[in-house]
Amino acid sequence: MSKYYLNYLDELESEAIYILREVWAQFQNPVILFSGGKDSILVTHLARKAFYPSKIPFPLLHVDTGHNFPETIQFRDELIEALGVQLIVGSVQESIDTGRVAEEKGKNATRNALQITTLLDAIESNKIDCAIGGGRRDEEKARAKERFFSHRDDFGQWDPKNQRPELWNLLNGKHFEGEHFRAFPISNWTEMDVWNYIKREDIKIPSLYLAHQREVVWRNDSWIPVSEFLKLDENEKIESKKIRFRTLGDITITGGIESDADTLEKIVVEVAAMKQTERGNRSDDKRSETAMEDRKRQGYF
Amino acid sequence: MEIDKNQLLRFTTAGSVDDGKSTLIGRLLYDSKAIFEDQLEAIENTSRKKGHEGVDLALFTDGLRDEREQGITIDVAYRYFTTPKRKFIIADTPGHIQYTRNMVTGASTANAALILIDARHGVIEQTKRHAFIASLLQIPHIIVCINKMDLVDYSEEVYEKIINQFEEFSSKLYVKDIQFLPISALDGDNVVNRSKNMDWYKGAPLLYTLETMHISSDINKIDARFPVQTVLRPQREGFIDYRGYAGRVASGIFRPGDDVVVLPSGFTSKIKGIDTMDGSLEEVFAPMSVAISLEDDIDISRGDMIVKENNQPKALQEFDAMLCWFNNSPARPRAKYTIVHTSNEQKAMIKEVVYKIDINTYAREEEDKELKMNDIARISIRTTRPLMVDEYRDNRLTGSFVLIDDATHETVAAGMIV
Repeated sequence: MSKYYLNYLDELESEAIYILREVWAQFQNPVILFSGGKDSILVTHLARKAFYPSKIPFPLLHVDTGHNFPETIQFRDELIEALGVQLIVGSVQESIDTGRVAEEKGKNATRNALQITTLLDAIESNKIDCAIGGGRRDEEKARAKERFFSHRDDFGQWDPKNQRPELWNLLNGKHFEGEHFRAFPISNWTEMDVWNYIKREDIKIPSLYLAHQREVVWRNDSWIPVSEFLKLDENEKIESKKIRFRTLGDITITGGIESDADTLEKIVVEVAAMKQTERGNRSDDKRSETAMEDRKRQGYF
Repeated sequence: MEIDKNQLLRFTTAGSVDDGKSTLIGRLLYDSKAIFEDQLEAIENTSRKKGHEGVDLALFTDGLRDEREQGITIDVAYRYFTTPKRKFIIADTPGHIQYTRNMVTGASTANAALILIDARHGVIEQTKRHAFIASLLQIPHIIVCINKMDLVDYSEEVYEKIINQFEEFSSKLYVKDIQFLPISALDGDNVVNRSKNMDWYKGAPLLYTLETMHISSDINKIDARFPVQTVLRPQREGFIDYRGYAGRVASGIFRPGDDVVVLPSGFTSKIKGIDTMDGSLEEVFAPMSVAISLEDDIDISRGDMIVKENNQPKALQEFDAMLCWFNNSPARPRAKYTIVHTSNEQKAMIKEVVYKIDINTYAREEEDKELKMNDIARISIRTTRPLMVDEYRDNRLTGSFVLIDDATHETVAAGMIV
């Protein structure tokens, strides 16, 4: 076989770098949406590659729900320090305190939906015209049709029927005042690709992804970590389990799986044998058949 | 799993509700274990609600709520699966004529096209349409799956007859590589596993065909083209004077020391270095993203193209193209649009619609020249400044463009330079 071909990880990397550079060239004020999860860490790593030897030329934006894993915040701050880039924080607590949103009530209350308002407020007040996210098309069916450059109207809303066709490698980021875009450089990656690449590049990730002993409660078919925000039901009991997280969201809704995978090598093997999608442990996606689509329409990540 | 050498193959499918396309994709995903238990459970629930017996694999490819309600696939949906040999991206598109633009979009990046034919009906209008689009977009490989063989008693005669029908009309098209396969997506015959019902078929099943198809030579390695996306000027210690031209190689091969010319200025220089965060490279080819630095200090910006001195694209301000119109509002005669070609942007005007093509019959229509949504036409276009172009047939990335309506910012058309 000819030596002039790329393996699939190199091709995905090259595509993502291309998209990140297009964002930089086509927008005035882009940011990377940084959650501390592996996908946004990957996007940040790819942005380093895209602009090397320059620094990443735009800030990271973290929508902070206040319901964080402490490990996530520590990881975020260390990364920002190492990259030498600016961090913008949009605070959900502040949105609640100023009456922009109201906290959900009840045992299964989350701040997931509240993030939408905080995110859109942060985009507006910082005049952000493109927010780069780590969304992947394989994550969820509403994402399967997402574009690399996804248009949002001046209410921040996504209209799946009014998206611009993307042919070859030509991306159209033209927009009017007040509108913005979401850009998804790792659209074509699967969970497996992400892990294989993280392993290959030896990218630093929060320890939460690796198996560790933790106090947890069995709820909605997964192990929910004990935290100051967790209210126990009468019949629920705290146990200590060796678990790890496949995705990271709020500490209140991110369920762990029992696992012995405490190295990247073991994670790759484990993910390859998985029988459930990674969002299967996220109670925010379990609310209805179209939960993700509904949130996306409103301006979710 | 040996992943170091595994390639990525992108293929497109086009089909309507009845020809088994969704079932085929569901089958590929299911048999390659790309469907997870919770997804399968959701499909089983929906199948039960709809009163279907067993699992309707087709449901797996239905995406957005509107589509599920209407039972059709409106947009291009991307699906992923991996085998020990390759990673696959499926661009799944609807097959009706009112979705021509979606098929064109899905086809634009594909290495291969799957065309489905219902064995009971043989070649129909839709087959011709799909073959035309695959040929227009220059998809290098076409695989014609003659599906539902179980409903024609796995008859070799039926299969041969359909191949003849296909070859008869496709001789008018420019297609590089075409293969035929008799399958039954519903039962999985010749999809992942060889069919026990069709001993007469000596070829490989579909998945094996996709896994082994030779795609390395699909990329143009002759005409070196490097459109500049942005300029990197780190201005930090160790890189004070560094100036890197960031871009993705569109075609050809570049090496340090190559004599290059920067278009449109025409300045010449030599490649000093090809840089990435992982180190400098001795050569670079499509589709790699790198930063190129030059020996001489030349003014270069986004939209410029670095090429080899001895192999240059044409600088054209007027050219013909095959155009697919994407927008609800028809093309306005002699109106100006923004043309996006590689990283370059200019204003352009459609000077003339030479003819429209009926993509069902391939007949030319020279009377009605209004470009409406989903129309495909040969046009003459004029730009405010010359573009550095190749023919689409030689180079998919430097031979293609889109038009953007400045009033709405929508992408209204896609073109292939002839």
